[in-house]
Amino acid sequence: MTTRLKTPLTVNDLKPLRHGQEILISGIIYAFRDAAHKRMLEENKIPVNLKNQIIYYTGPTPTRPGRTSGSCGPTTSARMDKYTPQIIKKTGIIGIIGKGKRNEEARLAMKGRVVYFTTYSGLGALIAKCVKKSEIIAYADLGAEAIYKLEVENFPLITAYDINGKGEIK
Amino acid sequence: MRKLKADAICEAVKKMCILAAHKLPADTLSAIKKSAGRETGTAAKILKLCLKNADMAQKELIPLCQDTGAAVIFAEIGTELFIEGDITAAIFEGVRRGYKEGYLRKSIVSDPLFERKNTADNTPPVIHYSFIKGSKLKLTAMLKGGGSENNSRLIMLAPSATLADIENFVIETVKSAGSKSCPPLIAGVGIGGNFESCALLAKKALARKIGSSNKDKRYDALEKSLFKKINNLKIGPQGLGGKTTALAVFIEFAPCHMASLPLAVNLGCHSNRHTEMIL
Repeated sequence: MTTRLKTPLTVNDLKPLRHGQEILISGIIYAFRDAAHKRMLEENKIPVNLKNQIIYYTGPTPTRPGRTSGSCGPTTSARMDKYTPQIIKKTGIIGIIGKGKRNEEARLAMKGRVVYFTTYSGLGALIAKCVKKSEIIAYADLGAEAIYKLEVENFPLITAYDINGKGEIK
Repeated sequence: MRKLKADAICEAVKKMCILAAHKLPADTLSAIKKSAGRETGTAAKILKLCLKNADMAQKELIPLCQDTGAAVIFAEIGTELFIEGDITAAIFEGVRRGYKEGYLRKSIVSDPLFERKNTADNTPPVIHYSFIKGSKLKLTAMLKGGGSENNSRLIMLAPSATLADIENFVIETVKSAGSKSCPPLIAGVGIGGNFESCALLAKKALARKIGSSNKDKRYDALEKSLFKKINNLKIGPQGLGGKTTALAVFIEFAPCHMASLPLAVNLGCHSNRHTEMIL
């Protein structure tokens, strides 16, 4: 059974989701990865209001003229584990989309506050078709590692760790 | 002596980078198709999505994966070929143009430890030169993504290591990579050589054609045994379970020091992007 979600959302909307549940999300999500995490924490300044937002670990390819987005599949979440507890605390995000399992520290930080989703890895072209608009809104100098605002439609997610921190992935 | 202009090498490298980023190799495509037929449920669905992704990438010119990799170029130069101009500069420029004109992601940072500033043109590529007989230049471009590269490993075993020790290391590498290296995988295994050449053997193994057999019967048997054991891990496509964890296991081997038994595993994701061109 596929659940449909539309942003804006609150954590209450994500509470009923359980491990393995498939979702199609529409609306706004924010994409950034390693370098943006590092800079936010080093500068101790969050350049975008991320309260109640869902973030997506990706670094897209440049958008070809006439297209809405470049290729944008998920990158390995484990690299963000180190930053995740602080990022959650400082931003108030309610969801994370990435690839693969998280360490205990990150899981603990997410428990009760953030739902962790995965999406189809290595399928960046298919996922790009779910992105209706893509723009860099901060840290443009980081190129593919900048912060992107993505307008998505029926973007496919799989619930990996639910709000209670339950769920296992390989 | 046959002559070849460096400009032709630049153009070839550019084309190969763009092609590899958008077109799944035919052998990979048919291996995924075959696996999709053997799977049911989620695994079958995901493998079909891989085929749809390949179709979309080619038709819409959107790269197969957002990680269009570090460019790894193998240049096998015929000893009877004279290259007019600077081959290294030509390869650099080919990568530069390919990543710009192909709208590919620039993923190389200038320094590993300090600035980590993006070089903005995906250079430098990793280039491996070697010599072959004849008057041709054989180029192989591999776009190697970080996800599968990061979970690759090398170990210097003692000669007393058993076949089981070898197998366990390869299987553990695949297991610990889990879904992070985008299975179903190609496992490139290097055995022998020394510390640096062993890793290169593993990388070269990734370019072998799926469905081809190892020329040495003993290594062929080892490949088949590893293939079975890796698939028995049931990690499956995207790590969501299934019979297909590996699409292929390829071994390259070489003589080594009497004190050593180097072993390297280089993982390739389900898109394992590479292409060849002979000039």
